[in-house]
Order: sequence, then C-alpha cells, then structure tokens
Amino acid sequence: MTEFTLPKNSKVTKGKVYETHTDTKNIRTFHVYRYDPSEDSNPRVDTYEISLDQCGPMVLDALIKIKADYDASLAFRRSCREGICGSCSHNINGVNTLACTQPIKDIKGDISIYPLPHMNVVKDLVVDLTDFYKGYASVEPWLKTNSEAPEGTERLQTKEDQEKIDKPSACILCACCSTACPSYWWNGDKYLGPAALLASYRWLQDSRDEAKEERLKELNDSSKLYKCHTIMNCSLACPKDLNPGQAIAEIKKMIATQDLND
Amino acid sequence: MNSQYELIEHQHDVVVIGAGGSGLRATLGLVEAGLDTACITKVFPTRSHTVAAQGGISAALGNMGDDDWRWHMYDTVKGSDWLGDQDAIAYMCKEAAPAVLELERYGIPFSRTSDGKIYQRAFGGMTTHFGEGIAQRTCAAADRTGHAMLHTLYQQSIKNKAEFFIEFFALELIMDQGRCRGVIALEMATGHIHVFKAQKVILATGGHGRAYFSCTAAHTCTGDGSGMALRAGLPLQDMEFVQFHPTGIYGVGCLITEGVRGEGGFLTNSDGDRFMERYAPNAKDLASRDVVSRSMTMEILEGRGIGDKKDHINLNLQHLRSEVIEERLPGIAESARIFADVDVTKDPIPVIPTVHYNMGGVPTNIHTEVITKNAAGQMEIVDGLMAVGEAASVSVHGANRLGSNSLLDLVVFGRKAAQQCAETIVKGKNTEPLPQEQIDMALAKLDSIRYASGSIPTAEIRNEMQQIMQQHASVFRTEGLLKEGVEKLSTCLNSFGDVSVTDRGLVWNTDLIETLELENLLGQAIITMNCGLVRQESRGAHARDDYPDRDDENWLVHSLGWLDSNNKTRVDSSPVHLDTNSDEVESIPLKTRVY
Repeated sequence: MTEFTLPKNSKVTKGKVYETHTDTKNIRTFHVYRYDPSEDSNPRVDTYEISLDQCGPMVLDALIKIKADYDASLAFRRSCREGICGSCSHNINGVNTLACTQPIKDIKGDISIYPLPHMNVVKDLVVDLTDFYKGYASVEPWLKTNSEAPEGTERLQTKEDQEKIDKPSACILCACCSTACPSYWWNGDKYLGPAALLASYRWLQDSRDEAKEERLKELNDSSKLYKCHTIMNCSLACPKDLNPGQAIAEIKKMIATQDLND
Repeated sequence: MNSQYELIEHQHDVVVIGAGGSGLRATLGLVEAGLDTACITKVFPTRSHTVAAQGGISAALGNMGDDDWRWHMYDTVKGSDWLGDQDAIAYMCKEAAPAVLELERYGIPFSRTSDGKIYQRAFGGMTTHFGEGIAQRTCAAADRTGHAMLHTLYQQSIKNKAEFFIEFFALELIMDQGRCRGVIALEMATGHIHVFKAQKVILATGGHGRAYFSCTAAHTCTGDGSGMALRAGLPLQDMEFVQFHPTGIYGVGCLITEGVRGEGGFLTNSDGDRFMERYAPNAKDLASRDVVSRSMTMEILEGRGIGDKKDHINLNLQHLRSEVIEERLPGIAESARIFADVDVTKDPIPVIPTVHYNMGGVPTNIHTEVITKNAAGQMEIVDGLMAVGEAASVSVHGANRLGSNSLLDLVVFGRKAAQQCAETIVKGKNTEPLPQEQIDMALAKLDSIRYASGSIPTAEIRNEMQQIMQQHASVFRTEGLLKEGVEKLSTCLNSFGDVSVTDRGLVWNTDLIETLELENLLGQAIITMNCGLVRQESRGAHARDDYPDRDDENWLVHSLGWLDSNNKTRVDSSPVHLDTNSDEVESIPLKTRVY
C-alpha cells in the first residue's frame, strides 16, 4: 500500500501547554492547531486546560476564553454565535461543524480544534476560502428570468413550490460540507463541491427561475457535477441539517430525465 | 510615512464601508448606476449581522387584509415616541412596498400565502386604521428573513459584478477641511494598508450592540463607522436610545423573534399570568418592544420572575400547531433546542430583555447625507460622507424602533444613498491628492495600538465596559445610576491608554482588530451614557425612574454627542422634523402613547 508523508514544513509539532490554576475538577483539555506564517516554524498544537465552571457552554466559548485568558494571538473567525452567519466552522474532534452550536458537553474527553480540512491555512484556524466562494459564484446563484416581472405586484409562487426552495436556500456557506468531501479535497479546482451544487439546486427548484436548461447544461460535466461519488460526508457534516448530497442526486436525476425527454 | 506597511492606493467614485443589508443595497444601486464602487467589509458579506434578522420586513402590501402606508407611518411615529423625523418616516413607509417587491424580483425566497403572495405576519406596534386593529404587515421568509435578504442581495451584487474588498478593516476616515475624502483600511490577510480615495464614502457599518455584556448582536457589531465618525470630530445622534428586545434567550442572549408572538405566542410570569394584558390592554404581547421589555422588567422587579433567581420570563408557544412551528418558526425551534435545551412544543422558552438595536447613530438628512451642527448652531451637510442602516440616525426609529422596520430601513435608505450618489457625482472624476498628514497620522495610530505594551489586556477592558453599560444604562435608568456610569466609564475609557496588545504580527492579527473595535465601542458607550444622563425625561427606550414622563416642551429634540481627543464629551441637540414634507400625509400630532 502506498504511504503518504506530509512535507517536512507541514508536520504538526507539539506546542505549548497552558494549565489552569483554578480549584475545580470540572476541567476540560482543548488541543488547538496553531500556525503563524510570519514565524519560520511548523504548525503546532497547543494545549489549554479550561475550567468549564467559568466558560460558556459551546466550543466557541472555549475559543473565546482561550483568546481572552491565555493567548490573545489565537486567530479564528466568529461573528453571530448563533449558527446563522457561518463564520466559525472548524474541524472539531474530526467533524466539521460550527463552534458556536457545538456544545462542549456533547463531546467526551479532550477536544481537538483544527482548521477546516484540506484548505490553505492563513493563520491558526483561519483558512483561505477564496476558491470556495468562486465555486459558489460560478453557479450563478441568482434569479434568471426572460419574462417581465408583473407591474406593482410580486411574482406568484405556490406554497408547495416555495417549500421546495425553503430548505436549500437556508445554506449559510460555512463550507463544512465541501471541506468534508474527499472529492472536493482532491479535485477542488474542478469539482464544484456540495455547497455550490446545493446553491445551484436551490435555483433549479425555484418556480420563478427560467434558466433551468442553461443551468443543467452548465452542470452536465464530468468534473463539476459527476465528481460527486455519493460519499455523503456533506450531508452528515451540515450543521443546518440540510442535505446537499440529496440535492446533487436530484440534479443528476434532472439531467438524466431531461436527456430522455429530448 | 511609516515604511513598515505596504501602501496600496485606490480611487473610486464611491466607497461603501460595510456589506450588510444597507451596504449591499447601496453597492448594488451604485453599480447599476454605472458608478465605480468599492465595497469594503471586515467580514464576508453573508456573515454580516443582517443575516441574523428573523421576523421580517414591514411593508403595507395588504396581502393579508386592508393596509395603507399611512397607517404604517402612524405606527412608526408612535413607535418612535414622536422622536422620529416624520419626513423620513413618510418616505420610508411609502417606499416600503416597492422596496419589498424589488427584493422579490431579486429572488428572495419569501414564505407564501395560499394564493401565492408574500406571506405577512403580525408584529409589535403594527396596526390598521391608525391604531384600531392589528396589522399583518411583516413580510417573512420563515424566521430567517434577514438571511434570505442578505444572501439575495449578495447574489445580486455578484451578478452585477460589484467590487468587494473582503476582510478589510476600516481604520480611519480621511477628512480634509471638513470634507470626507476617503478611508484607510487594513487588509487582514496580509497586513497591507489600502488607501481609498473617493468622492463619497458611505458608512454602512451597523450598530454597536457589543458595548453591552448581554446582547443579541454578533461579536462583530462594534459600530466601527460611528467610532471613526467620532474620531473625525462628528457627532452621534440619539445614542441614549438602545433597544432591549423582550425575548433574548436567558443566559446566552440569542434572539427569539417577535414573530413568535406575532404567530400567537405569549409571555407569562411565575404565576402563569399573561401579564402583558395589564400593561397593554389592546396590543397585549404585541405592544412595542420598549413597552414589553419594561413590563417584563417590572414583573421581575416585583418578584414574579421565573426560576430559582426569579430573574426571567417564560415565552410560550407550546399551544401553537406544529405546522405553524415547522413552517414559520423552524429556526426558533432549533435555537431554543440548542441554546436553552427546550422543546418548544412542550415547554416555554426562558427569555429576558436583551440589548438588540441602536436607534441612534451618525445623523443624516433624508438623502442619507451626514449632517453636523456648525459653530453658528445650524445643521449642515458634511461633504463626501453618507450613512445608512443601523449606523445612521436618519431618523426613522426615533426613541424606539418597531420590529421589522430595520430591514426596511436598510433597503429603502441603501437604495436612496445610491440614487443620491447617482444624482450628485461626476463619474470618474479625478480629485486632488489626499492630505498625506492624515494618512501618516492614521498609520502612527495603528502602530501605537499594534505595539501597545500596557498592562491591561483588551478582553479585560472590554469586559469592564460591557459590565458598566449593562448595569448603568439598562432598561430603567436614574440620575444616580447614570452619573456613576459616566464616572466608571470615563475611567474605563482612560484605561485604554494602558491597553496591552500581545500579537505584533500583520497576518490575521485579531488581537489588533479586537483592540481597534474596542476603541470604537468605548467612544460610542461614553456618548450613550452621557446622552442618557443629560436627557431628563422618559421617551421610548430611554426610561428614567426620576423623570417618568415624556417632556415634549423641553425634550422633543434629537441629542447630539461629540467626543474630543481628550476623551471629553459634549452634548447638544437638534430639532425633530415634525413636518412630513409630503402632500399625501399629514403630520401625526403629539399625543400620549398607549398600547
């Protein structure tokens, strides 16, 4: 079997250990990935002991506490802290999810916090999402119509048709799904990945959109769409309980049945 | 000049700072008008706090029954406790229907009625026939309307090839003899400094909820535009008016939309009593937010709170049909489960009034141009600077904002700012060079913070400020509390001179960013506290125990607060516009506010 080893400068070393000095037994240990491009050293994993009596309930609360009490240089993205902005996606104990909605108590033992997998790390837990956003934009995720919109009123849409786009449009672009997908890891430059495909599906399903054929034609590509091998890590990872894997399957079905109808 | 930083210069017709609802709507309009526009934002656009708005956007579409934008205007003026400018309110309410229909044409996934129209729900303070009936005026995309709106606006922005500078932190406005000429920003990924020259700069930087300890606002809601405006010598308006949302989740502060009560949910105290019936006999749980938050606080103060500490209130939606929850409030059910461990079909959600929105901000006229009071005591336009959204005080919300009027404010005035630029700007005009000393000063200041080697960590000063605000500028205020608050906050503000920043790096230095944000917050906090102390009346969200009544004779004025470079504040006032400046609607006369 082939063995892969990381390049020397990517090997993760053991970092500093920060102990807590409080008199409590309610202590949890966090292992956090650290990398600073301006230092000429390998990435490392620092270890922090945190008293949960003085910490909020979520993993994000622990990160904020580490930054406030132990090391202000720790870099991570966060904003809404309620699971809607999609900023604080991390790999937490091997699973991609939002730090702000991941309760500490639901994880047993030590907690490891790493950047989203297979992405270029900018610093510590911050990854470069430029290509992820480009993939999203490439599916042209906006309403396309040829017909004129009605004057002085909305385009009508039945409740049933609205329901079809209700969940797919709830994506928060956290990238948990795409960066959990082995196909996206290996072929992120060609394969659109689950988040972008879910965005495409949201518009394919919108009864107001009039560019279905054009969209499907664009997607009917051995890499863009068919690099999905139904591994389904995406749907498992989604912190919003969406199902990008199913959306991709539905797109494949649309293309298949469309061909039959031609 | 400081040689450590790589300086990159840009020239645009317009620079928009912020990519939330108002910033994106402005950017979109500017690009459509063919103006060379840059939108700079410290977070990726869809991560802006507009994304967290839940309940909806108000507009008198009349999809659920009779409605009229004049009724909406009446409600908004009354909601503002008459401190809102009636010309701006009339404009916003009249433009509401076209603005919402425009969003629909952009593809926003609104919930629908059985006949396919945009679904509208009831919201606090929204009535028909000038206070007679309950209006269903709030257009909703389930309980994630802000998310739907922000993503849709971002999608339209990429469709129109808007130019974004993402994860750029705005440091200072470049002022040149009283005129705004551009902005200096730090690129977080590289530490490069970007100097943007522009004919107009639009502040769309949101509110400063994080001045408080417990708030529904995101960590990034630090009012950076207002902080920069203060340092540029400009005043902030009506800052004492801080909205406490009645239903933040107890302990964590996450928002539970008013839409819950719009769909039939209600509040109870420890006796199981629906106490809002006593405080607002007509509107009950759908009275405006300041009224409901005060009533809840009264219940708690009188010992009828819930829990061991009797310090919160129950929000009940167990009686709602499961289809209503699944279809219209799915996000609430999720938030309650995650953050309060509550199954909303079985148990009430523990809630408490929580800081939610800043009615005050950078004062503007109805064209979104920033205004200030000159030495002669007259209001005058600050050339080159505009402000929209929560960062601005135009003022459509006055002393208290009605729920679902904020998303409306964003799109109506975001669009207005773009129109104003299209009418006043000469495309591609090459303006004179920027004043170098301003750039040098900004870089010197950046260095002083980046290398700050004081004794107090940023997080400690921030926590101190948040605790002071929470204790001294809360739902109920008194002279003594506010005075003490001003003293403590002044000490806290001065302690910023002894701040310690440990990260000296240039790449993603969030220690530095959080310290710059703290500086912005501190300025706004001290203005808030001081304006609260000066205003000796109770109006809207500003409730003074020692002055329990509204005092139109002395206080029907906007307050203006300045902060000088020695951390001294100055408070003045400007008149409220009671004239609607419209042939279609009369001014709403002053009267006692009862719900």
